[in-house]
Amino acid sequence: MKKLTLILLLALLPLAAFANKPADQSGESESLDISSVIFGHVGDSYEWHITKWGDHDIAIFLPVIVRTTDGRWHCFSSKHILENPEYEGLHIAPADAPHEGKIVQADGNKPFDISITKNVLSLLISSLLLVLLVLLTARWYRRHDATHEAPKGLAALMEPLIVMVHDMAKDNIGEDWRRYSPYLLTAFLFILLNNFMGIIPFFPGGANLTGNIACTLVLALFTFFTVNLTGTKHYYKEIVNPDVPGLLKPLMAVIETFSALVKPVSLTIRLFANMLAGHIQILCMVCIVFIMAKYGGVLLGGMSVISVLFGIFLDVLEMLISFIQAYIFTMLSSIYIGLARVKH
Amino acid sequence: MNLITPDGGLLFWMVLIFGIVLFILAKWGFPIISSSIESRSGRIADSLRKADEIEAKEAAIGAEREQMLADARKEQDAILRQASAARDEILAKAKEDAAEETAKMIAHARTRIEAERVSAEAELRRQVAVLSVEVAEKVIRERLSSEKEQKALVDRLLEEASKAPGTAGPKN
Repeated sequence: MKKLTLILLLALLPLAAFANKPADQSGESESLDISSVIFGHVGDSYEWHITKWGDHDIAIFLPVIVRTTDGRWHCFSSKHILENPEYEGLHIAPADAPHEGKIVQADGNKPFDISITKNVLSLLISSLLLVLLVLLTARWYRRHDATHEAPKGLAALMEPLIVMVHDMAKDNIGEDWRRYSPYLLTAFLFILLNNFMGIIPFFPGGANLTGNIACTLVLALFTFFTVNLTGTKHYYKEIVNPDVPGLLKPLMAVIETFSALVKPVSLTIRLFANMLAGHIQILCMVCIVFIMAKYGGVLLGGMSVISVLFGIFLDVLEMLISFIQAYIFTMLSSIYIGLARVKH
Repeated sequence: MNLITPDGGLLFWMVLIFGIVLFILAKWGFPIISSSIESRSGRIADSLRKADEIEAKEAAIGAEREQMLADARKEQDAILRQASAARDEILAKAKEDAAEETAKMIAHARTRIEAERVSAEAELRRQVAVLSVEVAEKVIRERLSSEKEQKALVDRLLEEASKAPGTAGPKN
């Protein structure tokens, strides 16, 4: 039964994905701007566009929260700013302007903007889901004697993932892995859940949170601070005063410092680029259908079949990549932590 | 391109929300799960070790039992051999005893018979003597019914006594 649901879901993924598509392309008469479609989907926005029903757009308007440079707070629904050219002295920067697509002031400056955008809402939803999943799992362990009972239901789903992260932490960190396992588990499950949510083409999925550099940067910074605030004396000594002959010391110190700083950057870019690329690939496959629309029935029909098949393939591949990227991020984090826990 | 420029608003929310999620999960979520899983894996490892131990012990017990069986069999053999030896010995002894006893009895019987025979002979002799005396008495009495004959006998007896005084006795 579960297997059947999964297969059905997988089969429907590309269909649902291109059910969204025409809505963005308001009408066949306009020329198709593939890059704006794709970047519109992988980027952030002030509304959550769900679909187009006839001529009517169905979208969730999200709250805009900005503090303009004159110190005043503005808080309103994005409906106002999206449907009017200007609202409360704010407008959305047009294409090719600096801060393209963001809310800017009349003078062109960018206000302090903590609006609940599509990505933020997606973050909220997935975080809520994650907390719920883990706390419900924890409840199972609290109510059952895990030493004498095999996990069931949600706990059975979560336990293999948790055990996997445990093993990773044990292997890479060593004896004080327990201190770090909550962070590694949170990071792993957070990335995994958001990656999966990103593949689901309809609300509440479909946002490209882990393919957004801000999200991955924060995750990488959490790892960076975890590594560098809990390192051993020996770890800092290796960086500041490496064990090399005198003249090489300053050079090695610079290299070590640089390597410490580059680690979070590599974490950021690896996750961000992988997820972004995956999204773009799937969107491209889906867009083939719309590009082919103007070349007539035969080509459209043929290419649609091909693009749907490729879409299915890429969706499945993306599921694999979702897991692999979450795994790699956690694995590297644990390795970096382990390197900072050297004791000799 | 805004794709590679981190957006301030999302950074803010991400730090806040991820921080809160991390806090909640690290406080109420993962510790209990982790400790439960660890205690279970500990128990599993323990059980496996115990199972191994029991298996080893069982193997040892099996070997011991084999050893005991072999010992018992050996002992049984020894006892049987001993028993048969004892039986043979007893039998031999019994036979010997019986032979000795029989010999003793035969010897005893023989002495008894000899004694009986001797006493019977003596008795017979005595009887014969008495009988012969009685017969002689009767004969003499018959023959000495006349004076003359008495006188002749006394003479003959005297003559004989004087001829051979040593042989004088009850014999006539």
